[in-house]
Parts: sequence; structure tokens; C-alpha cells
Amino acid sequence: MNIVVCVKYVPDAQAARRFTPADNTTDRSSVDGLLSELDEYAVEAGLTLAEASDGKVTVLTVGPAEATDAVRRALQMGAHEAVHVQDDAIHGSDAIGTSKVLAAAIGKLEYDIVLTGMASTDGTMSVVPAMLAERLSLPQVTFASELTVENGVARIRRDGDTSTEIIEASLPALVSVTDQLNEPRYPSFKGIMAAKKKPLQNWSLADLGLSADEVGLSAAWSTVDDITARPPRQAGQIITDEGDGGTKLVEFLAAAKLV
Amino acid sequence: MSQVLVLVDHIDGAVRKTTLELLAIAQRLGEPAAVFIGKGFENAAGTLAEYGASVAYQVEGEGLEDYLVLPKAEALAQVVEQAAPAAVLIPSSTEGKEIAARLAIKIGSGLITDAVEVEAGDNGPVTTQSVFAAGFAVRARVTTGIPVITVKPNSAAPQAISDAPATPEVITVQVTISDLAKTAKIVERRPKEKSGRPDLSEAAIVVSGGRGTNGDFGPVEAFADAVGAAVGASRAAVDAGWYPHSNQVGQTGKQVSPQLYVANGISGAIQHRAGMQTSKTIVAINKDAEAPIFELVDFGVVGDLFKVLPQATEEVLKRKG
Repeated sequence: MNIVVCVKYVPDAQAARRFTPADNTTDRSSVDGLLSELDEYAVEAGLTLAEASDGKVTVLTVGPAEATDAVRRALQMGAHEAVHVQDDAIHGSDAIGTSKVLAAAIGKLEYDIVLTGMASTDGTMSVVPAMLAERLSLPQVTFASELTVENGVARIRRDGDTSTEIIEASLPALVSVTDQLNEPRYPSFKGIMAAKKKPLQNWSLADLGLSADEVGLSAAWSTVDDITARPPRQAGQIITDEGDGGTKLVEFLAAAKLV
Repeated sequence: MSQVLVLVDHIDGAVRKTTLELLAIAQRLGEPAAVFIGKGFENAAGTLAEYGASVAYQVEGEGLEDYLVLPKAEALAQVVEQAAPAAVLIPSSTEGKEIAARLAIKIGSGLITDAVEVEAGDNGPVTTQSVFAAGFAVRARVTTGIPVITVKPNSAAPQAISDAPATPEVITVQVTISDLAKTAKIVERRPKEKSGRPDLSEAAIVVSGGRGTNGDFGPVEAFADAVGAAVGASRAAVDAGWYPHSNQVGQTGKQVSPQLYVANGISGAIQHRAGMQTSKTIVAINKDAEAPIFELVDFGVVGDLFKVLPQATEEVLKRKG
């Protein structure tokens, strides 16, 4: 089975994430970044499928130079090869532009299944997987908390707000996975060493047959007017319970007309 | 005045609160037009009219609810072509965002997700989003096509209109879904059991428990019931199997923005904060005075939740009389 896993390089949520004032885009260079935590579950799912089918995992990312760190991590976990699409013109793309680039790259790969995480931890939109299904005309099988692939059929459990659904589709399909699906493995020392020798290709827009005016900030279909840093919440009143903590709590709530 | 489409979020015609919030926003932007897909329209019509929908597109077609996401995206695209609206508003649920995503590409329009505010502007609706664990407020606009905007719960107050008609003007739309739309089949659907408590994403008050409960959510639930709240759980509590994942509040659970959030035995790690940081008032009880959660609170009690919460519950019940 050929498995393609899409991953994203994101600013570390523990660091001071910020925007570049010049163009209101996410600052991906002066903030430390890493493979998006939610994508680890997709990589793990791909590795599990590959192990069961003697298959191959190709990990794919679109991002600036630093984004190689994301695919490298996936290679260390056990992915077989990597593709990093990098082109200055892609900077500032909206989800619509990003999905266009990803779809073009996936189109050049052989696959039975395309795996993604449920959302990135920076944009948190949760829309790129559905957009990929749209662009690639693949069955959309998303938000899997359970996944089995048998006899060419992907079957998932999807937990929604009001109901739980079991969904099936024949491969090839686009599957996104949640953090409920599995426990991502830590790269072993052997895996870290082996990753250095694994194929890592760099593709530009030209390699994908896309032109610069189709992607990037100027091609985006929405624009940011302004960004305001919210002042951190000021810590309010903190008391120590001396036998009346609960009562004082309710006094506060009542005064604020919350109860 | 142009129509503003609102995709109705409902269960067999029982309209969810998020729909009413979107209709309130639609009232600011144009003529609210509800788009109803599925069964039970007769149950919904009155409510939709009461909360501002002057028009309702009742979408009918085989298989609309039998396959994942794409049938509804195709149906909505068809309504958009018919209605030529000024904007399309969709709830920021899992399904809602995926429908919005595919719709945006189908109709060649920009997409903004998770708006917490939508205002009329000179060049179309202006959205506000709260990003990077509420570190920044971003104002944005769609610049190509018909703005497709998903809106988070609790972003607007439902606006009942006076002298509302008994029903909106109903326009039936017949949809034939594509073959591709039939490729992801919903083979089984199990409705979530009603807990008797408010829905977590919509609740005005959320009372959560974390590692400090040690698995005993009794005091958390008792306080929640006293104040009419939904119950939330931290990732630690869910991973330990103490509470279902559907109650998880956090980056990988639900992001909530209630009037009041009460965190009990929760340290307040980034993963959790991402799920509740925009709550209007935050209160916490924790044994550890150094817990990061105390940096966020409007009121905090350093103490044992097994003592403080029951006392608080008693006080609430006493005041209720």
C-alpha cells in the first residue's frame, strides 16, 4: 500500500507565537517550530498501515526552508521518503492556496490513501483535508477516532457533536485522523540515524506546474485588515481557603451576576 | 437587500442555538435566509421565522444525510447559485467547517473560519478571530467571491423579532447529489445520549474537572447542576478514562467561550488554555498556588476542591431558596 501523509511545520505553541507586521502573516522564521503535534497521529497511522501491508509512507509538506524539520521528524519515526515543496511565492497563502499546492504535489505521487491530521495547531482551521478531497475528487473520510483498512475499504468512527458515525469508503481515499486514534511512537536512535539516508526531495512551484500568481499572499481570497495583541489576562483576586473558600467564591459570582 | 444564507444546524428539525446566533448576525448583514437540509422542517419553520429568517430554502434530495459532508456542500452550492447572497454563514462545528471548506472551493470564494464577531463593513462583512490561544484578535475580510464564514458558538445573542410571521417564505430546492458525493457512506449513526445538561459548546456556564479530581467528578457535577452548567474535562481526566472525550475542553477537544468557566483541579497547561481562554469570566480551584491557571482567573481559590466545591454548591442552593 502506498501511503501519503501530509504534515505541517508550525510555530511551537509554548513559544511566543507572533505575526510579521509587514504583511500580517504568521512568523515562521524567528519563532522555533516543529512538526505539528496533531500530524504525529497521522504519521503513526500511516506507519501502522505500512507495517500491516508491507507498504510505503511518503511524507509531504509545504513550507519555508525550516519546514524540513517536520518531514525529518516523520522520517525519524519511520516514514520511508519525504517531499518538501518550497517556493518563496507560496508565502502568505490562505488555506485555499495551500490546498492547491498540496493537491498538485499529491497528484505527482502514487497513493492508495492520503492521511492528514485533524487540524494544524497554528491555524486550527480543520479545512485543508476537506479541500484536498474536493480538489483530488477523493472520498472524504475525516475526523477518524478509529480506522481500519481492509479489502480496499477504509472504515472510520467519527465522533461529532450530536452523534457518532461509522463511515466507509473504497480506496483511494482522503482520511484525516484525530488524537484519539493512536499513540505516536517516539523516534528510536536507530530511526534517527536511518532518517539521514532516506530520500528527501525538494519541489518548487514549477515542478508542480503551478505559477506564482496562483498562490501566495496576493492570490489569497481573504485578507487581514489588522491584528491586535490581546493584553494577557490580569490575574484577579486569589484567596486561600480557610474554611470559607466556597462561600467566598459564590459571593464573587453573585456580585458579578453570574449565579 | 441581498440575502445572507445561514446553514441551519438541527436535529430532526430541533434548531440548535448556534443557528439562532447566526441568524442574529445575518440580520446585521442583509436579509436572513435559512438553508434547511434534512428532515423535520415543520418543526423548525416557526423558530427560524421568530429569530429572523424571512426566507427558508428547504432542500430536498435523495441521500443528503446518508453520506459524509459532500452532499450538503453540493446542496449549499446550488442554493448559493440560486440566491446570489451577500454572504454564507455556517456554524463552526466539525461538519460545518468541512462543508464551508468545500463550498468555498466550489463557488470560488474566500473562507474565514471560527469568527467570534461579524460586522457589516464597507467592503463586505468584517470578521474577528481570536488566535494563538487568544493572544491576538485578527480582523479580516473575504476579498474574492461570496464570503463564506464559519462562526463560533456564543458569538452573538439570538435576536427574536417582534411580529414575526409564523413561518419564513419557503422555497423548495431539489438537489441531485453527484456520484462522488456517494463515495463516503455513513453506514451507522448513533445519536449521543442526552446528558440532561446543556451542550458543552453552547453552554453559558462550564464547570470542568481535571487531574485534581482523582477520578471523582461528583463535586464538579453537583456544582454544575446547581448552576445549570455543562461539565467539561481536561485532557488528563479524559486520557485517564474519568470522563468521555466528548466533554474534553482543550486544543484537541472543544474550544468553549462561555460567560463563566470554573476550572477545578486543572493546572492550566497551554493545551487546556487553548480551549477556554476566551471565556468571559474564569474561576479556578486548585491545591497548588503556583498552578498556571491562576494567571488567567478573575477569582481563584487555593484549596481542596473536595472542600471548596461542595461548600460553593451548598451556598448556591441556599441562595436559590
